[in-house]
Amino acid sequence: MENIELTSTYSLKGIIKEIFKYKTAKFSLLIFILLIAISIFAYTTMPYDEAKKMWNDSQAWLKNPRNAIPVWWGVFTGKKLPQNIDLKNPEIKVLSESPEVINYSYNFTFNYDDFPTEFNIFLKSAFKEQPPIIKIYWEKPNGDKIFLTEKQVRSENDTFYIGNEFTIEDKLTDYLTSKLGYYPSYPLTVMRGLFVDTSGNLNIEKGNYKLHLEVNKFNKEDTIEIEPIIYGKVYGIAGTDHLRRPLELGILWGTPVDLAFGLGASIIITFLYLILATISGWYGGKIDNIIQRLTEIYMLLPFLPLMIMISLFYKLNIWKLLIVLILLSLFGPGIKTQRAMVLQVKTLPYIEAAKTYGASNMRIVFLYIIPKILPPVIPGLIISIPSYVFLESTLSLFGVLDPTEPTLGRIIQDAFQNGALYKGFYYWVIEPSLVIVLMAISFALLGFVLDRIVNPKLKEI
Amino acid sequence: MEQEIQMNVAMRMKDDPTMRGFSEEQKQNILESRVRNELKRRGMDQPFIIRSIYHLKRALVLDLGNALNMTSDSGSMQVKNIILERIPLSVLLFTTITIIEFLLSLYFGLKLSRNYGSFWDKLVVYFSPLSTIPGWFYGIFFIMIFYSWLHILPPGGFMDFPPPPTAIGRILNVIKHMILPISSWILSFIFLGIYSQKNFFLIYSTEDYVEVAKAKGLPDKDIERKYILRPALPPIITSFALSVISSWMGAIVTEVVFNWPGLGMVLSRAIGSFDAPVIVGVTVIYAYLLGATVLLLDFVYALVDPRVRI
Repeated sequence: MENIELTSTYSLKGIIKEIFKYKTAKFSLLIFILLIAISIFAYTTMPYDEAKKMWNDSQAWLKNPRNAIPVWWGVFTGKKLPQNIDLKNPEIKVLSESPEVINYSYNFTFNYDDFPTEFNIFLKSAFKEQPPIIKIYWEKPNGDKIFLTEKQVRSENDTFYIGNEFTIEDKLTDYLTSKLGYYPSYPLTVMRGLFVDTSGNLNIEKGNYKLHLEVNKFNKEDTIEIEPIIYGKVYGIAGTDHLRRPLELGILWGTPVDLAFGLGASIIITFLYLILATISGWYGGKIDNIIQRLTEIYMLLPFLPLMIMISLFYKLNIWKLLIVLILLSLFGPGIKTQRAMVLQVKTLPYIEAAKTYGASNMRIVFLYIIPKILPPVIPGLIISIPSYVFLESTLSLFGVLDPTEPTLGRIIQDAFQNGALYKGFYYWVIEPSLVIVLMAISFALLGFVLDRIVNPKLKEI
Repeated sequence: MEQEIQMNVAMRMKDDPTMRGFSEEQKQNILESRVRNELKRRGMDQPFIIRSIYHLKRALVLDLGNALNMTSDSGSMQVKNIILERIPLSVLLFTTITIIEFLLSLYFGLKLSRNYGSFWDKLVVYFSPLSTIPGWFYGIFFIMIFYSWLHILPPGGFMDFPPPPTAIGRILNVIKHMILPISSWILSFIFLGIYSQKNFFLIYSTEDYVEVAKAKGLPDKDIERKYILRPALPPIITSFALSVISSWMGAIVTEVVFNWPGLGMVLSRAIGSFDAPVIVGVTVIYAYLLGATVLLLDFVYALVDPRVRI
């Protein structure tokens, strides 16, 4: 067992040539290229800081539905789920000149199989003495016109949350009771009351609806912009989260962060191991002793609790976390195995030759030993990339990282915290998880292939 | 930190009715002296290095102090009690997991090393990249499938509420809650575990004395037990101990995902309420657990490996 050759005869170029002989490696390189392409696309369309600002801007997403599932996902439910209905181009009719009363009526067709979630009317107005008063009427496909409410605009930028008004709910209950002859047997909400038919069951009445807004202006020069939105249950290619943010934004801009974190951590830590192991093996004596003892002490450190503790107390963002991670894994178990390789390489003739012609220690360490033991280390480097990506999501799951940064782990944590698993918002967990899983599997496949190439011992088996 | 203390002291003085009689200047003096006392009480007047040594000493003798606002289930605010009452639960779940994983990988590793190149052997190799995904990550999917979709297993926790009346019912109930965490960890571990055990046994089963035993016509069972397993015992024990340690680390996240009321859950709750003494306490306890395991390992090594002499 002592004479197993730990180093391989492949050069880096040879390894890359060899990789393309394996199907799995091609597959993983394809995924890798795809991820890089997505990152480049994301970052060229919008810089990260801007995306981060938008992600955290609570005002930017008001017009999106909350917790809406992706449009393509909705297809699998077998029902035609409602999309967002943004009402535009009203018919404007002046009802009276003084005081000025204008009627805005919006026409739309509703033929979905499920009820919408919310109904808001966004108002932007400019007024002199008194804000305008708005009367809201709802016209069903069967021609019944129901008076919903009368409200005065409260400020220049105001929103009427129609779905939350109890007075409207009462009005709709009254209407249904008069139509059915008895009190509705199902619990009624505003959204149900607006779209339910009069059969006594909870069915959607499909057809042409009309929304009439009678705006009573107190001054001729007052202006008003009205934007009624009926929120759907499906939205966009990736759906939205509890704060109405489209998930594709977080995933597209979070993936490169995770990828860079994993790659950075893995490469830096592996090379630090290499350098320390080589120094330890080459110089021997006291330096060797110190490095070996430090490695043993480091192996006893409770890594994850320490990471959690440090990132909590110092409020780290992901790049500072990378530095802490490197410091905490400076003397890892990898040093031990690599040192064993160095001890073997040390006795090879070409090192002897270098010594005799008077090469300096630095030259031998960095130019002769490290390149020689690099190839067998590379599979480990590739395989460990996913583990750092998962470390990021672990720390996010504990909520100790900067909450404003969109990362894949952060999205999973949001989903988890808001009960996505239990409430059935599966897309919210599956989408970021799928990206991480793809990343992990592709790096693992590549790593295993590399392992087979550079460790010929495994090839026979 | 200093500002926080100052604010706290000022708030307390504002609420204190006995302070009303004093003038503003007197109040300011009292405030300053109280802040100074508070800093001294917390040892903040000492330089950082001395404070560190002091805290290190306290951590070493397991004097973990009191929690800021967390309490143990028995009502104690001592960090030691909060942590100690949860350790058995963590150990129960994760030692069970490690033992199952260990036995499975040992058995299948040995079997596959005896007939490598077979269909099952290749299957294990193909599936081994799945092991880069940690157990808790599979756990999220398992909850989704077995709880939210199929409704056959609980999503987490330790026992149903209300607990079943009989003791056997309670044990079965706990086992039911353990199925998902255990299976998610096994899925994450098993392929790479078998793969590496197999490679490991292959090295031992190509030794000359195994060939001799085969030539002598010994039954397979004897060859496996006496000629392969016995000499491989010390490294196997090492890998077992190391996987116990790593399971405790991984436990932190898994417990949060599965709501298992163990040490990881304590840590998660402490993070939620920013209870610094508890967080430090958990870290110290983990360090101790690691150290104790490694120490124990050395003794066991001396027992099973005849080459090691004390």
